[in-house]
Amino acid sequence: MAWMSWTLPTALFFTGIAVILVGMTAWQIISPCVERRGFLPLATTRGDRLFIGLLSSAFIHLAFVALTDVNIAVATVLCVLWMIILMRWG
Amino acid sequence: MQIKVENNKAWFLVLPVFIIVAFSAIIPLMTVVNYSVQDIFDPYTRYFVGTEWFEQVMQDSRLHEALIRQFIFSFTILIIEVPLGICVALMMPTKGRGASLALILVAIPLLIPWNVVGTIWQIFGRADIGLFGAFMTNIGIDYNYSSNPIDAWLTVVLMDVWHWTPLIALLCYSGLRSIPEVYYQAARIDQASRWAVFRYIQLPKLANVLVIGMLLRFMDSFMIYTEPFVLTGGGPGTATTFLSQSLVQQAIGQFDIGPAAAFSLVYFLIILLVCWVFYTTIMNMQKDK
Repeated sequence: MAWMSWTLPTALFFTGIAVILVGMTAWQIISPCVERRGFLPLATTRGDRLFIGLLSSAFIHLAFVALTDVNIAVATVLCVLWMIILMRWG
Repeated sequence: MQIKVENNKAWFLVLPVFIIVAFSAIIPLMTVVNYSVQDIFDPYTRYFVGTEWFEQVMQDSRLHEALIRQFIFSFTILIIEVPLGICVALMMPTKGRGASLALILVAIPLLIPWNVVGTIWQIFGRADIGLFGAFMTNIGIDYNYSSNPIDAWLTVVLMDVWHWTPLIALLCYSGLRSIPEVYYQAARIDQASRWAVFRYIQLPKLANVLVIGMLLRFMDSFMIYTEPFVLTGGGPGTATTFLSQSLVQQAIGQFDIGPAAAFSLVYFLIILLVCWVFYTTIMNMQKDK
């Protein structure tokens, strides 16, 4: 694994992604989701909303890095809030 | 009451594909993420730098210019290749030896390796020995793809259209062949015009293959490297330096692994976003119908 040049933050990041994927799979098995329409302009499943949330979170982080001098942790907190809103009402 | 039991055995059959994808795509991508947050001097000397490379890359004017060029290129070739591919597919014979011959002729550009395509067009476009270059010069157009940026762009776009329109044409051809004859019979009874047949029968039936064709062409053109590299080397100046060539210059030319990894991730996210928007829009248009 050393050739992959791991660091603690990236390891935590990928562990987080893996936990989310396993969790979503378990959630799907326990209670299969139905496509629905929330505040987003398209009907989405739970997995769609997760994908939209992760992709938009990546762009929010990039925007913070490119346009502001604010600590990246602020972007992460905002993204977590955004993900919760999106998963619940998206 | 009968309870439907879900059989999940099929997932085990997908497992080999998952393992291959993990080794060929997921693990390399994870490694790139690791590189993007470190300053790497050699395999044993590296320092964590956080988001520094991302800050550098996001403010890099070379990246912005290459990105704009890349979008202009991808949309230009899509605007040309999709309608042209549909026209070629509509004109191709459907029966007999002519059909087989047309299929082979149309497929030839797809069989040529990318670096050979670049070389073919490099020679084809030369004013002294190339057919296209000599023709342009003889009709009085001062054409030189190695010194004039507009000529370089024209040649790169022409080359891509020549190379990849057959893909759209073949996809559309197979889509057209799958339309049952009864649709055309109904159109004849209604005395539908040629345009009406195309607009209301052929085009809706082609929607699925066109989505795949456009996605493939967009992603492929967005990652184009070999052909312009061989043809123009990214020049004149940086006129035809697209994203992947900028990336290669940074990663291999200058051996800036960290910034190049950050650049790759931004590149990857843009492709992911555009493809998702594209796919979702077209799929929703079909659902609304």
